[in-house]
Amino acid sequence: MSGQVFVAMSGGVDSSVAAALLRERGEDVVGVWMRLVPGGGADTDAPRCCGTDEAGEDARRAAATLGIPFYALDYAEVFGRQVVDRFVDSYASGETPNPCVSCNHHVKFDALLRDVVAKFGGARLATGHYARVADAPDGTRRLLRARDAAKDQSYALYMLGQRELSRTVFPIGELASKAETREIATRWGLPTATKPDSMDICFIGGDYRDLVRDRAPRAFDTGPVERVDGSVVGQHAGIGGLTVGQRSGTGVATGERLYVLRLEPERSAAIVGTREEITRTTYELRDVSFTLGTPRGDSFATSAVLRYRGTPLAAAVEVIPDGAILRLAAPALVAPGQAVVFYEGDEVVGGGTVRAGAPG
Amino acid sequence: MKRVYLDHAATTPVDPEVADAMARVLRETHGNPSSIYAEGRAARELVDRARGDVAAVLGAQPTEIVFTSGGTEADNLALRGVMKARRGLGDHLVTTAIEHHAVLDTARDLESSGQVRVTVVPVDRDGRVDPAAIAAAIEPKTTLVSVMHANNEIGTIQPISEIGAICRDRGVKLHSDAVQSVGALDFDTSRIPVDLVSVNAHKFYGPKGVGALYVRRGTRLATMQTGGGQEKGRRTGTENVAGIVGLGVALRVAAERRATESARQAGLRDRIIDGVLARVPDAILTGHRTERLPNNASFCFPGTQGESLIVALDLAGFAASSGSACTSGDTEPSHVLLALGLERHIAQGSLRLTVGRATTDADVDALLAALPPIVARLREAAAVSV
Repeated sequence: MSGQVFVAMSGGVDSSVAAALLRERGEDVVGVWMRLVPGGGADTDAPRCCGTDEAGEDARRAAATLGIPFYALDYAEVFGRQVVDRFVDSYASGETPNPCVSCNHHVKFDALLRDVVAKFGGARLATGHYARVADAPDGTRRLLRARDAAKDQSYALYMLGQRELSRTVFPIGELASKAETREIATRWGLPTATKPDSMDICFIGGDYRDLVRDRAPRAFDTGPVERVDGSVVGQHAGIGGLTVGQRSGTGVATGERLYVLRLEPERSAAIVGTREEITRTTYELRDVSFTLGTPRGDSFATSAVLRYRGTPLAAAVEVIPDGAILRLAAPALVAPGQAVVFYEGDEVVGGGTVRAGAPG
Repeated sequence: MKRVYLDHAATTPVDPEVADAMARVLRETHGNPSSIYAEGRAARELVDRARGDVAAVLGAQPTEIVFTSGGTEADNLALRGVMKARRGLGDHLVTTAIEHHAVLDTARDLESSGQVRVTVVPVDRDGRVDPAAIAAAIEPKTTLVSVMHANNEIGTIQPISEIGAICRDRGVKLHSDAVQSVGALDFDTSRIPVDLVSVNAHKFYGPKGVGALYVRRGTRLATMQTGGGQEKGRRTGTENVAGIVGLGVALRVAAERRATESARQAGLRDRIIDGVLARVPDAILTGHRTERLPNNASFCFPGTQGESLIVALDLAGFAASSGSACTSGDTEPSHVLLALGLERHIAQGSLRLTVGRATTDADVDALLAALPPIVARLREAAAVSV
């Protein structure tokens, strides 16, 4: 393929090596770094955040080492709206958000990709994700797991369609291991070679609950902890601090192990149950998308992955208007707001977001 | 790809004669100008000669020239030095809405420390300060007025002589940040009633990291830093000898070439202005149409973002600026453009093109061919995204 490849450089080793690999292939590479924190993050305590000016300096040094043009571009507004606000709203409405999915969906592969192509005339966008894109014989582009299964990040990329995949490159998804990534970084003398991996939620330094409490104080109204039958077994300090599936120890004076089954934000109630009560086989999904644009059929068998680096579970998917029904072969737990991704072998065929609501 | 450099307001390439003179100093004159022995005297002589060259171009006496580390330090020294020296006599500072941050932020800093009251005078749509507005802002306790000679973003030249006459009449000192204009325009302190003038070498083909403050004799100036007492105590610290020599040579060369070069550059500027206004729909010229720096053509293109313009132009081989700090990924619209009364979304689509000695007609042709499709593409892309 010809034309310029823009690499989204976070300042970390993975995206730096992605740029290095493209350079080695002789591609015409341009580095871009996205400012995600307003004001550059001087007053945040989120040292791992790729969108702070400090990370931008790391990215700039890596680009200079590789000898590629580099631009720092401002995406703080769209990140704040599409990732941080959604994160807060999600917790406040009793869901468990997945900010990496939001960021890929709305920032990297929407706002940035569109700018690269439409504004700067770039042919493709590369990122430092551990995933692969392959050309199928039928001319379509397929999203695949990374060669290194332990580092695979294809789960968080399920929303990519043909339009995005046709312009996307994941150079490090082809590498055998993270050790190989670091080896390439060392060979190029990249200043990011020994930088630790990013973890947790990139834009939060401490406890995510502090952010939610600050932005949506009503999510920290106290409320009842109830069993499925309506009996009140305790009090909680706010649904903004609870996640479906978590052990519900506090305030529950029973001998059983109880877990959060459901959150009802309109009355600030937390419903708890036993392991048996909270796991289900059927979930309703919203915002369902398919990498080929359309599903293979109205219903199909799949391997469903319910969390980042989760084990694939045998399941059937039934496409319904405005979403899909997921039927797992065995009961499992996934919180509303989380992504369920459909795999066929190593290929991602699509996915969706678990809808909140009573068990189906 | 051939590069076309159209950001001479940001910085200029060092003149070969300047580079030679500086290299000679670095290789041959290692003495400290404060030392009394031969090596020191040799260095002192170089500094004195440069001081004489700078003074000659500015119509000043050598003792009125204080070397600094650049324009920012000269501005800081002027504002802080004068306000401090006259503390107790006055506490009021008048400046304008379109000053460089080196002046505006310094004024704000003095204000926030509680020592100084600040009045910021607005400008008209062309970026011109009304001398009557300065006159109206002056109070009995006004110590200093600071009005830039020519604006770094939009190129508008201020009626500095009129403002100076008012200040002199009212017994108030006038500082002018002439960082963008000295070298390109005649700035003769024997004719312009101004008391302090900031100058920066790298804006007129000299080195970065050296500047000067003209301080009219009789103007009291407190020092900002304490130390060995160099520059008659006004700017202490061992002199940047090579840089000072470079500044002196650069200003002398600029003055020699000024008449022909400024006229030539104004011709290129006008070709850019006329060409862009004719070829880019809804382009807005920012700054005064005629009372502007000979090398400055600046615009707003509604429906675009300055940051994207700069990236797209760079990828096409052109170095330009959005007229605001854009290297850090900051897209805040410029305070200068907002002061003209432009709406934020229009001010965000700003582009500053500044020609220089090496700019040719062919460069302008290339720009006029490349820019319109880039603006069209960015507008189209912006219209798609919501």
